Amino acid sequence: MDFSIVWQYLPKLLEGAWITLWITVVSLAIGLACAVPLALARLSKHPLIYSPAYLFVLYFRGTPLLVQIFLIYYGSGQFRHELTDLGLWGFFRDPWFCGILALVLNTAAYSAEIFRGAISAVPRNDIEAGRACGMSGLLLFRRITLPKAFRIGLPAYGNEVIFLLQATSLVSTITILDLTGISRQLISKTFAVYEFYLTAAAMYLVMTYALVYLFRVWEKRLSGHLQARVVTEPRA
Amino acid sequence: MLDLHGYGWLLFDGLQLTIAVGLCAMVVAVLLGLLGSWGKLADNWWANAAANIYTTVVRGVPELILLLLVYFGTPTLIQSIATRMGYDIRVDINPFIAGTITIGFIYGAFATEVLRGAFQSIPKGQAEAARAIGMHRIKTFQRILLPQAMRFALPGLGNVWMVLIKATALISIIQLDELMRKTKIASNATHEPFTFYLLASFIYLGITLVSMMAQKRAEAWANKGVTR
Repeated sequence: MDFSIVWQYLPKLLEGAWITLWITVVSLAIGLACAVPLALARLSKHPLIYSPAYLFVLYFRGTPLLVQIFLIYYGSGQFRHELTDLGLWGFFRDPWFCGILALVLNTAAYSAEIFRGAISAVPRNDIEAGRACGMSGLLLFRRITLPKAFRIGLPAYGNEVIFLLQATSLVSTITILDLTGISRQLISKTFAVYEFYLTAAAMYLVMTYALVYLFRVWEKRLSGHLQARVVTEPRA
Repeated sequence: MLDLHGYGWLLFDGLQLTIAVGLCAMVVAVLLGLLGSWGKLADNWWANAAANIYTTVVRGVPELILLLLVYFGTPTLIQSIATRMGYDIRVDINPFIAGTITIGFIYGAFATEVLRGAFQSIPKGQAEAARAIGMHRIKTFQRILLPQAMRFALPGLGNVWMVLIKATALISIIQLDELMRKTKIASNATHEPFTFYLLASFIYLGITLVSMMAQKRAEAWANKGVTR
């Protein structure tokens, strides 16, 4: 084992880690923006509204992310002429666009399912109390349902964020040089196989548990008033 | 109508291998899960530490990195140790075995947490009653604890299976001829990547749907003795 070679390329690996984080944050932000309307559509009583949302969620949760990435990146090549006519080929030729699009659709589907569960788990009493105060419709949703649902869904959403962070490693298969991609590139140059993969694994581990910690702090901040107070019993 | 240019059978071959890898990996995962949950619940500091490190590390590192580490890293590690000791050997890992073991190893960590929860939800009195009747520890485990834990673990293990079968798509990266790789071969040959990847995604979706139905039936079967 010779880790000095890793030390030499550490700035490159850190750059890759930064790209991994960047892809994660961008996909999460766009995915979250799509997830809430999607969750509401899933809860709708109108079949024309809930069935497309249901099929979307079923498809993106029921198929591997790798297939979704390849379907968008390689699959779009089959419609090259049509996409060029529409002026969209520039987007679909770009691995960044395709990778992030796949991650966004994937995380939107998983998060929508989380928020659907969370919204339907909001206690009736809270909504009734809101109505008794004279709120209705959008105001009730914005002030009562959504904040409460967010609190209920946060632990599960934290897990989804961690899954997404790890899932971003798959975009390395379509030439993006994230932490995994950079490691693979450096290995083909230096042949220091396990040194680079072990370092990359350690970096992912640090990022994962940093996120776990952040979500734990956030959870405490949001629902600290609901947690049981620790009463220290006087010792006999 | 969908024209597959005669490549449909290729995908079918790939599907068989995908299911074979998935099932073998699931067996490895459940066995590791049993071992891991024993480690987590045992009264032994070393077993606790080992099980905790296992689940912490595996759940914090992407599957792809672990897969590449096992498939490409292990042979080079063995070779470099051998070279240092004065031997010149070449180690090649069979991709089927590497894939099965890595996927099983990863999802073993998830199965550990599921089974730990399941064993913990069995009332303590059950094991105590078995001991009082005079059952040996192994008999207690086999007759009382394991059947009940499996009932509690069924929903969680079903989820592990559904994530695991999707993760097998990654093995195509280490050149195992499973569904994903066969799809790539077919799409390169026909220049119709969209058709073939879409078809592959529907095959995976089919596996998921069948698994969901099977899980529902299995849960109904396991819970038939329970009244609500």
